[in-house]
Amino acid sequence: MADTKANSGKLLDIRNLRIEATVYPPGEAPKTITLVHDVSLTLEKGKVLGLIGESGAGKSTIGLSSMAYGRGGVRITGGKVILNGRDILKAGAKGVRALRGREVCYVAQSAAAAFNPAHKLIDQVVEAAMLHGTATRAEAEKRAVALFKKLSLPNPETIGERYPHQVSGGQLQRVMTAMALCSEPDLIVFDEPTTALDVTTQIDVLAAIKDAIRDTHVAALYITHDLAVVAQVSDEIMVLRHGRLVEWGGTRQIIKEPRQEYTNALVSVHEIEHQEQQPGTTPFLSVKNVTAAYAGGHVKVLKNVSVDIFPGQTLAVVGESGSGKSTLARAITGLLPPEEGTVTFDGRPLANRLADRPKEDLRQLQMIYQMADVAMNPRQTVGTIIGRPLEFYFGMKGRERDKRVAELLDEIEMGKGFVDRYPAELSGGQKQRVCIARSLAAKPKLIICDEVTSALDPLVANGILKLLLNLQQVEKVAYLFITHDLATVKSIADSIAVMYRGEVVRYGPKSKVLTPPFDAYTDLLLSSVPEMEIGWLEKAIKGRRMESAGN
Amino acid sequence: MTLRQIPFTAWVGLILTGAFAFCAIFAPWVAPHGNGEIVGDVWEPMSAAHWLGTDNLGRDLISRMIYGARITMEIAVAATALSFSLGSILGFSAAVFGGWFDTLMSRFVDLLMSIPTLIFGLVVLSVLPTNALTLILVMGILDSTRVYRLSRAVAVDINVMDFVEAAKLRGEGKAWIIFREILPNALSPLVAELGVRFIFAVLFLSALSFLGLGVQPPDSDWGGMVKENKDGIVFGIPAALIPAAAIAVLAISVNLVADWVLNRTTSLKGGRG
Repeated sequence: MADTKANSGKLLDIRNLRIEATVYPPGEAPKTITLVHDVSLTLEKGKVLGLIGESGAGKSTIGLSSMAYGRGGVRITGGKVILNGRDILKAGAKGVRALRGREVCYVAQSAAAAFNPAHKLIDQVVEAAMLHGTATRAEAEKRAVALFKKLSLPNPETIGERYPHQVSGGQLQRVMTAMALCSEPDLIVFDEPTTALDVTTQIDVLAAIKDAIRDTHVAALYITHDLAVVAQVSDEIMVLRHGRLVEWGGTRQIIKEPRQEYTNALVSVHEIEHQEQQPGTTPFLSVKNVTAAYAGGHVKVLKNVSVDIFPGQTLAVVGESGSGKSTLARAITGLLPPEEGTVTFDGRPLANRLADRPKEDLRQLQMIYQMADVAMNPRQTVGTIIGRPLEFYFGMKGRERDKRVAELLDEIEMGKGFVDRYPAELSGGQKQRVCIARSLAAKPKLIICDEVTSALDPLVANGILKLLLNLQQVEKVAYLFITHDLATVKSIADSIAVMYRGEVVRYGPKSKVLTPPFDAYTDLLLSSVPEMEIGWLEKAIKGRRMESAGN
Repeated sequence: MTLRQIPFTAWVGLILTGAFAFCAIFAPWVAPHGNGEIVGDVWEPMSAAHWLGTDNLGRDLISRMIYGARITMEIAVAATALSFSLGSILGFSAAVFGGWFDTLMSRFVDLLMSIPTLIFGLVVLSVLPTNALTLILVMGILDSTRVYRLSRAVAVDINVMDFVEAAKLRGEGKAWIIFREILPNALSPLVAELGVRFIFAVLFLSALSFLGLGVQPPDSDWGGMVKENKDGIVFGIPAALIPAAAIAVLAISVNLVADWVLNRTTSLKGGRG
């Protein structure tokens, strides 16, 4: 298709796109809200445009409009989407069907949810090409195998015979990219393809996507909220906010000389002032040689782990998924009784099982979860959620309790008006704040924060981290901060434990852990964090290759 | 909530269910004649004196219908209440406690469910004395197996959510977890089931009475009235169809109400939007 129309350079031309949706607030008349306000963009063949912004910025909505698709009742009400010289919004159902999967393909954020678990990978990869009649089964399979090879998937000849659950998350994301490339489209829409992956996996997938785009000369819209990631793959970047264009320019200009204040905020988001505290003399909680396992004890998830937490300080536990960092939290809280080893608190051992611990011990250890929306009972109001620990631990009732709830809401920078709200009526950041208030209500000595900012937009996450640091000053509470995000660690930790396959491979004060010489794993982890610098990806990959060659 | 927001179907359901309930509660005052009072000839046609005619013994059919509503609803409501309290509490407990309690309960319920309900009911009722209490107990316990299965399945899903874990970490007792964390979140499917189960109770009771093992004469529920008058159908007399129609209308109207309640309880914003 691209070859026949090689005359103009413009592949995609979106003009004054307006997208609306109707909302039905109970008790009021249905309202029409505008999600995208007259956004225009153009994309040339073989170029990559990064769409960046917070959730609700309209980036996915704009991305999907290039396939003439509106997700979940969203309507495209104005503007033109010109692809290969024709307005696809006027194409009708049949025209759109001919377009999707052939001229434009889509790579979803969660490959695990996007693949049909009942079919083999190869059947799903070749499906679009065969349906559109661009290739026979044999040709399509040959092409798929070549793509698997290009995306450096293991066993490219046979991986297609597997089912989606038989490959890892990073591999599945690459298979999905192969699926998009298989029908040789002119444009691919990547919707946060690496957001759900670990940093060390993200770098591989990112490099594979970048190589594939370069070799196949396909154009791409790359949607993400991570500016550092988009800086690696795209030629141009478009910053969006609340469905409006903020800034559009070359990648170098956006990250080096942003012209808008909002872009600047995005670029410099991770900088938090935090003075590292020296470890005190006596830790109040120490984990000694803890080994833990799930179901029957065949797989040891924690192996001989020892860490100390000092009063009023932050210990960050870093590692990839599956490294056992959340299991460490479960062992400390007693949800998963350790097989060996002890957890001592204030000089006395804590009971292994949750059921054996007295109320006072439970009060001292509080926890904040990654997903704030499932960590709160959706049927309880904010007042009940925050008030319950007050009733439960301190026996507060009535006005005394309400007063304390108001104080806590004040501390988390939310007003009184929130007391009667339900969790579904709060934004993501507000939900997490309420969870923080709930754990603070118990006046604990330690709060375990399990990936508390991972599900949030960078600017919101930044606000939460600042709040946590302020509260630490005021309440003298210690944090056990579990995360895979090294930028977060750098900004808030006092000491760091790096975990790999259930073991602590590096542990000490922050300044020591983050100073070379590094062990191999810490180095891999540190070098995999995307930096806001053009050409970082190539440098990082090269650095890794040299190292693996050296080993 | 204003009255305007209640949808039309819900109004139909509410009015009909309300009318049935009113008849049931105030039967002695509403009914023009006594329950067993013989007022005319056998199977008289509908007339101004007897709106729905008379039955196989010459009793006023509309009065019988009203008393029948009372007996039918009384037994069905009590049986449904019993099956729901028993089934949901045991189901939630099984999900929360787990272990041997869960296994024991679930296998016992499987055992009960493997026997066809009507046959099981017939066997039990042929041994026990047939009175309202026995009927309620038999129907309630047999039906509670279904409620148990549903509430256990729903509760198992909720039990692994982070907010339940947070409650466990706080040190909350099982009662708080069952009634304050799980129950409010399990309510929507249970309410939907409530409407259906109530109707099944009415139908089950009618079936038992039709077979002669339910409510005993001279009292009669709607199913019993179908049985009493069924021979008239051959002669073109509609007396048996009227209680049958009442059963159908009650079934529909209760479910219309249940649908509406379900819509409201599904809202996570307290119905405020």
